[in-house]
Amino acid sequence: MDARKFLLALGLAFASGMASASGGGAGPATEPSHYDLENVPSLQRGAKYFVNYCLGCHSLNYVRYQRLSQDLGISEDQVGALLFTADKATAMMKIAMPAADSERWFGRTPPDLSLTARARGGDWIFNYLRTFYLDPKRPTGVNNLLLPSSSMPHVLAELQGYQTAVLDEAGHVTGFEPASPGKLSAEEYDGVVRDLANFLVYVSEPAQLKRMHLGFGVLFFLAVFFLLAFLLKREFWKDVH
Amino acid sequence: MNAPQERDFFDRLGDCTGALRDWIDARFPMTEFWEAHVSKYYAPKNFNFWYVFGGIALVVLVLQIVTGIFLTMNYKPDANQAFASVEYIMRDVEFGWLIRYLHSTGASAFFVVVYLHMFRGLMYGSYKQPRELLWLFGMAIYLCLMAEAFMGYLLPWGQMSYWGAQVIISLFGTVPFVGEGLAEWIRGDFYVSDITLNRFFALHVIALPLVLCGLVLFHLIALHTVGSNNPDGIEIKKKLGPDGVPLDGIPFHPYYTVKDTMAVAGFFFVFFLIVFFAPEMGGYFLEHANFEAANPLKTPDHIAPVWYFTPYYAMLRAVPSFFGSQFPGVAVMGAAVLVLFFMPWIDRNPVKSMRYRGPLYTLLLLVFAAAFLVLGWMGVKPVSLALSEWAFRLTEVYFLFFVVSWLYSTQRAAGGWLRSALVALAVLAAIDAARFSVMGELVETFHYLMFVVPGGMVVTFLVLPVYTKLNDPAPVPDRVTH
Repeated sequence: MDARKFLLALGLAFASGMASASGGGAGPATEPSHYDLENVPSLQRGAKYFVNYCLGCHSLNYVRYQRLSQDLGISEDQVGALLFTADKATAMMKIAMPAADSERWFGRTPPDLSLTARARGGDWIFNYLRTFYLDPKRPTGVNNLLLPSSSMPHVLAELQGYQTAVLDEAGHVTGFEPASPGKLSAEEYDGVVRDLANFLVYVSEPAQLKRMHLGFGVLFFLAVFFLLAFLLKREFWKDVH
Repeated sequence: MNAPQERDFFDRLGDCTGALRDWIDARFPMTEFWEAHVSKYYAPKNFNFWYVFGGIALVVLVLQIVTGIFLTMNYKPDANQAFASVEYIMRDVEFGWLIRYLHSTGASAFFVVVYLHMFRGLMYGSYKQPRELLWLFGMAIYLCLMAEAFMGYLLPWGQMSYWGAQVIISLFGTVPFVGEGLAEWIRGDFYVSDITLNRFFALHVIALPLVLCGLVLFHLIALHTVGSNNPDGIEIKKKLGPDGVPLDGIPFHPYYTVKDTMAVAGFFFVFFLIVFFAPEMGGYFLEHANFEAANPLKTPDHIAPVWYFTPYYAMLRAVPSFFGSQFPGVAVMGAAVLVLFFMPWIDRNPVKSMRYRGPLYTLLLLVFAAAFLVLGWMGVKPVSLALSEWAFRLTEVYFLFFVVSWLYSTQRAAGGWLRSALVALAVLAAIDAARFSVMGELVETFHYLMFVVPGGMVVTFLVLPVYTKLNDPAPVPDRVTH
């Protein structure tokens, strides 16, 4: 066997290892969501949508209503209006639906969403909510591209409307076509879903805004400290050598 | 002149502190200790960048203990409450998120620093006579640190905590005859449960830290008994001045205290960059799947330990099972750690530093480090046939490092090198024959081709010394260089 062929085989072996390691893309389900944690109005809208559309089934067991009001600049009155599932602002955002019942109704208890953004990422949530499509084989009438056989119905259908999947010869979903319109245009719907993703990213780690702001101060201090330490070291080491 | 009246406030303050020092010294060897270990401990003056990591490791140890104490105040070692209590720390405890990130980033930083510290030892032969015991204490620290990190990782009780522990404890179950009992004894149950969590908590917060601190103390006592090595690998104690002080030595304080202060500041800059801006470090320091609470009924598709264990994990996965037992892989993994203990007796070349051992030895160290890093990268990836073949070949490279180091202990005649090369190639071929026989139909042409990886290493390191001067030692200077 000549050397070139041999090197090619080695390269291929390595490349195939890399490819299988990185995993394939999901086509139309990998749009970046461009969520922005500094955009407070977006977070406020996200909180509103979450309470209106999601909090019936999905809890945020680690989040306090009070925390939202402090971090997102939502006034006491407005938080009062958000308090669907509790009577005190210090309460956690729990749900009333018993887990055993929901498991019977949906086949699976809807998961708590406090940390979903940390486990899956904000882009995943954004794309998950955009890629429900009609599938008569599913009990809910819809399927999802990112989470096949998801037991969740298309809760936001009144906003997005319904869409059908466009398949290629191999049966892979390559895109979507609107089937029945919703209240919002595609761009407006993306905005709603972006706000929701943004809100859930915030909720997964409320400290992250504070963290980065504090970080700049700490790094500035360390840079100055390093410089002083360097000058001190240089001064002391003059008499060595 | 009436001198006492001209004494100012600071003279009198000096008298007071001096009196206090004398009072203590009469009862406790404070000054003696300070001089023996700090202000009159003479370290070689030619330490380079690689010599800062020991001090940084000590700083990280303190950081882990202090942050650990504060985490313990709010953490609940209970399978039903552990995950929620970590989120409580992240959200409701004042600066709890910072304390937790310092601790989680500190765990990874500890390994980064320790790995660099160990590699320094390899480069400059710091394990050689008279520092064998110093190296052994260091290796014991490394082993203890692995246990400490592994048990700490179970505590957040996320999916990866749970299943990572399940997989690693089950490795002990592969030991012939006693394995099942051993795994059960470690877990305290038939599967990882609340009982396991409780005992891991106890071991993580008190038992292992005590051992760790004791070992660090022994490591430092041994270091101060034999004195520090240096990048030239020369014993500075052999060249003393008329005052009995090493000619190439400088007092640790103030020279290395100011230098290490600068080093710690530099380290903290990178450390806090991660803590504040990327505490998950892209899923390497805090795995994404660990933000889902442990579920004993739901096995994740892909279980990977944290990065600092992945080189060994890649080796484990690369070894096929023999006679239906995974034990060979576990044995290889264990051997990969244990072989490091024997480094002082594997490499007996009288020249300590790689600087004076010829280019081939430097290349050997680079190949070893590269194999370790790539294995680490492979260990986090899902398993595939090609990946596991590469991992196996790099495992061979990892162990060949020790074989070549052993053979490099003396200069050999041409016949000696070539015989060694032939034996090494024969052993590698025999390993492949055994491996391919158990892999059966999975073996493809590329599996045979990959023999060139360890084979090429053998030829490079055992045949080149015959035909080139690449393994010829350079003269070791009399005094340290800069």
